[in-house]
Amino acid sequence: MTAPILIFGWGNPSRGDDALGPLLVERIETLALPGVECLTDFQLQVEHALDLLGRERILFVDASIEAEAPYHQRRLSPARDATFSTHAITPESVMQVYVDLHDEEPPPCDLLAIRGERFELGEPISPMASAHLEAALRWAREWMGR
Amino acid sequence: MPFELETAPHPEKLKRVAIEPVSRVEGHGKVTILLDDANKVQQVRLHIVEFRGFEKFIEGRPFWEVPVMVQRLCGICPVSHHLAASKAMDQIVGATLTPTAEKIRRLMHYGQILQSHALHFFHLSSPDLLFGFGADVATRNIVGVAAAQPEIAKMGVLLRKYGQEVIRMTSGKRVHGTGSIPGGVNKSLYPEERAALLKDIYQMVAWSRDAVHLIKGLFEKNLEQYNAFGRFAAHTMNLVRADGAMDLYHGGLRARRADGSTLFDHFDYGRYWDVITEDVKSWSYMKFPFFNAMGNSDEGWYRVGPLTRVTQSDFIPTPLADKERQEFMTFDNGSATGATLGYHWARMIEMLHAAEALKDLLHDDDISGRELMATGQRQERGVGVIEAPRGTLIHHYRADENDQVIRANLIVSTTHNNQAMNEAIRVVAKQYLDGKELTEGLLNHIEVAIRCFDPCLSCATHALGQMPLDVELVAADGTMLDRVLRDMHGVCVRE
Repeated sequence: MTAPILIFGWGNPSRGDDALGPLLVERIETLALPGVECLTDFQLQVEHALDLLGRERILFVDASIEAEAPYHQRRLSPARDATFSTHAITPESVMQVYVDLHDEEPPPCDLLAIRGERFELGEPISPMASAHLEAALRWAREWMGR
Repeated sequence: MPFELETAPHPEKLKRVAIEPVSRVEGHGKVTILLDDANKVQQVRLHIVEFRGFEKFIEGRPFWEVPVMVQRLCGICPVSHHLAASKAMDQIVGATLTPTAEKIRRLMHYGQILQSHALHFFHLSSPDLLFGFGADVATRNIVGVAAAQPEIAKMGVLLRKYGQEVIRMTSGKRVHGTGSIPGGVNKSLYPEERAALLKDIYQMVAWSRDAVHLIKGLFEKNLEQYNAFGRFAAHTMNLVRADGAMDLYHGGLRARRADGSTLFDHFDYGRYWDVITEDVKSWSYMKFPFFNAMGNSDEGWYRVGPLTRVTQSDFIPTPLADKERQEFMTFDNGSATGATLGYHWARMIEMLHAAEALKDLLHDDDISGRELMATGQRQERGVGVIEAPRGTLIHHYRADENDQVIRANLIVSTTHNNQAMNEAIRVVAKQYLDGKELTEGLLNHIEVAIRCFDPCLSCATHALGQMPLDVELVAADGTMLDRVLRDMHGVCVRE
């Protein structure tokens, strides 16, 4: 049975603060919360629209170099945006692909963008990003109601 | 002899146009175009700005960890690195694979080819092909395709999803799988997994065949433009099976000159350095490989990838794909075989081959076998080569007596194609940009040429907001004449 809540984080765990999304998802996964499914990937892709099916709510989690520290969260809407790099399409685009595939509105989706600073290959997560991760995790637990 | 348009005689007197990064390719790249006062193209270069540090990332690690950790190098083709590293480590542990291990790896590889080619065609390139190279940026993207051609978009999503499922079942995980290990694999296919994949494989074959016909139809409709767009002659290199058939997982190296004559054939890739050397150029981080027999990178550069594999293999060992290959080879007296846009057609033929190969493997009981591992005499060095979605991928390692990797060298597909991509954009710049105002649509022609090669310019760093498109027009005296920024949502702001 499909879990009603999906936490979806993306990023490359070996590129410094790009790991923030997967790390937050891993932390939530260790809580083993009933009704919560955790997924990660290197990047957001079109087929992830299929992961939205049958959910009550979805939380997308990514590192961000633009978000205010420690994190920024907002409600998302499907958007026929023109992101020019489809290897890393936006969550809004994933929602729009869902609409195009299923001809219905996707479940409510929120974005949790965690501020990161350093993204070089082989780097660990930065101390500042680690602090941001803790703050974001607290917000995510509130979002889940757990 | 320098290439025409590679280096202008007096670049300090030219205007500079930078497209950074190249949109809809996997990573960061920058194209610089220097124009003279009459807007004539004088110099064109593709700069690779972030492709470095991989070898240092690997050196010092235990060799058995490498097939898993190299997946972190690339978010778009982790399976290719996983398998190339595994093949190299097979040599280090001295193993000859069991039939089950080799077939499980082939399943994984063809799943990767299927999903990667589907992503590239349906989501990176079909917007250009369906809407035109100069179409409005708001429609020329995958979401635009979904709006205008919902069935095509759905086909692309489901083909990609199927390939991902094959990878998940053979590697054990959806991301960062551990299925392939030095000397074999750690799982075969369970009966329920095999049944699940068999259920949909015939649909995948049918959709792949439809995709071949789609691109063939586009060629027929736009014959003159497609044949001429970014066309250039090149030497080629690819793996072939012992009987000359296309084999994307294993074989010997075949190199042919641009005139079709053979430079070497069935060459043991375990000594690739006897036939290939990597050159460096001061203006690019990425190396420029060339055939040793031709002396230097100016003369000996070559092209790899789907167009090379389809045209230079003697046949494709699955019937539907081979039939399509024959049509491709004879279409309009063979004109598409040398067209840069022929990459798209060849890529779809390979996707059909991958689907057929998956079907055949799923009917082979060896994929559920129990003999997963082999061992042998420990070696110091291992070289693994596969034909990854974008072309030939070389992994080369040495491990010391403590099992630590002490040397690593990777030549990825995009590096092999470095000079070829530069050549393609020079031709396109001459064809479409000379003496004209630089509109977004015209600049996109350059990007269309680069996308044909499906380059992976950097790997898997994609934090939100990190990839704006920055176009600069700079006068000969360094004055910024114009600058256009395009954000992740395609919104252009002129500063």
